[in-house]
Amino acid sequence: MINIDIHKRLQSNDGDMNLHVVCHIEEGEFVTLYGKSGAGKTSTLRMLAGLMTPDKGLITVNGETWYDAQNNNSLKPQLRNIGYVFQDYALFPNMTVLDNLKYAQPKSHSPHLLAELIEIIELGDLQFQKPQTLSGGQKQRVALARAVVQEPKLLLLDEPLAALDRTIRIKLQDYLQQLHKKQKLTTILISHDIAEIMKLSDVVFMIDHGKIVKQGNPEDIFVNNSVSGKFKFTGEVLSIKKEDVVFIVTVLIQNQIVKVIAEKSEIDSLTVGDQVLVASKAFNPLLIKI
Amino acid sequence: MDWQPLILTFQLAAVTTIILFILSIPLARWLASSTSKLKPIIETLVSMPLVLPPTVLGFYFLIAFSPGNAFGAWLNDWLSLKLVFSFTGLVLASVIYSLPFMVHPIQSGLSSLPSSLIEASSLMGKSKWKTLFNIQLPNIKASLLTGIVLSFAHTVGEFGVVLMIGGNIPGKTKVASIAIYDEVEALNYAAANFYSIVLFIITFCILLFVYLINGGYIKKFWR
Repeated sequence: MINIDIHKRLQSNDGDMNLHVVCHIEEGEFVTLYGKSGAGKTSTLRMLAGLMTPDKGLITVNGETWYDAQNNNSLKPQLRNIGYVFQDYALFPNMTVLDNLKYAQPKSHSPHLLAELIEIIELGDLQFQKPQTLSGGQKQRVALARAVVQEPKLLLLDEPLAALDRTIRIKLQDYLQQLHKKQKLTTILISHDIAEIMKLSDVVFMIDHGKIVKQGNPEDIFVNNSVSGKFKFTGEVLSIKKEDVVFIVTVLIQNQIVKVIAEKSEIDSLTVGDQVLVASKAFNPLLIKI
Repeated sequence: MDWQPLILTFQLAAVTTIILFILSIPLARWLASSTSKLKPIIETLVSMPLVLPPTVLGFYFLIAFSPGNAFGAWLNDWLSLKLVFSFTGLVLASVIYSLPFMVHPIQSGLSSLPSSLIEASSLMGKSKWKTLFNIQLPNIKASLLTGIVLSFAHTVGEFGVVLMIGGNIPGKTKVASIAIYDEVEALNYAAANFYSIVLFIITFCILLFVYLINGGYIKKFWR
């Protein structure tokens, strides 16, 4: 159980910002921080990891005090046992993939985890390569494996999937989901991708100008509650075309392209690139065994 | 031909370089990461030998370490350390004189590494020293090599400081650069030419070696 109540004065592009984050995270939860860039998401993560010192406040994790401004008490990052995936991956260039993973292992580590991770995240062919020779998606897999091999209680991910293309991204989301459950992690992810958030998280904290403005499960945050559809998917609008009297909206859902018919009134507020919910009520889908 | 001054030169350069290497790593690490108010002052002091005439440094060493002085006498009596006109004194002076040539490359190498590497290592529970030896130093090999070679070459080329504090004692403080000056004064051009050409060739080879390695021409043992 994590309790955070921290203040920090940050310099941002549009002047100073007062970050004040108060939140409560249960053990085993998958939490996403969502918000514009510069809203204070990365700073919050860094303060939780001990890489940045808050101005004042309190952080307790499972009853242990990690930061307490009043008693001038701050636990070193070394002792927090956090798996952290950096935006730039931060793989050690002088070590092979395998050495990167071995370096991250704690002194008393479970003997099978390393081999299991290499298996799950499919690193077998890459393990003797140096990070410079890997593609973005491969680096990302190594960074994720390296954070988990550390056997942390808490896994922090700073927008790790943003730079990847959609198919690799979906695969990595699956890895992440699998590891989160298998290792009983408490995971905090920074993400901009609503589809990704809907898929992965239990709780979303929407951060704006250094404050949590909305929190709840992803559906409550992103989906208009008046829709009680049986089928719901989120996707991105790729194109809007007029055809006779109706409009055809092409939507990318996960990695499938779907065409949806829409009326003029529905189109008015839509532009290409918008995240949308595609829902369908009262219809009878076909089930075909494959 | 007398090889003594050349051997002495390379002995001095080797000892100086080893001491500087050990000394400069913690100093450069501190300079690269510190936010202390003292930092600009220490940085200035480290860089002073770049601009100061060597004779200034030599002069103050001579004054400070002279056994006629309180400090020099104390060193002499208590540690039986004679720093004026001795090899030990030359080493000490060379270490200070070549300090920026070792510290600057290491410092800029360390600052150029992304801070996330160090943060990642500390979140893995590794101490600062373990991070330094396992992550930071192995990733700045080129800077380390540059530092080693520049300080070595710079010590080989030293003249003013050596002359001031070491004098010209054959086998003890008469290094090649001073021997050349000596031979020219005695109109013994053949000997001067011998020392000069050896220094020329050796320093050329050392620097060429560094540029070949750092330029990626020799990849076998590097990267």
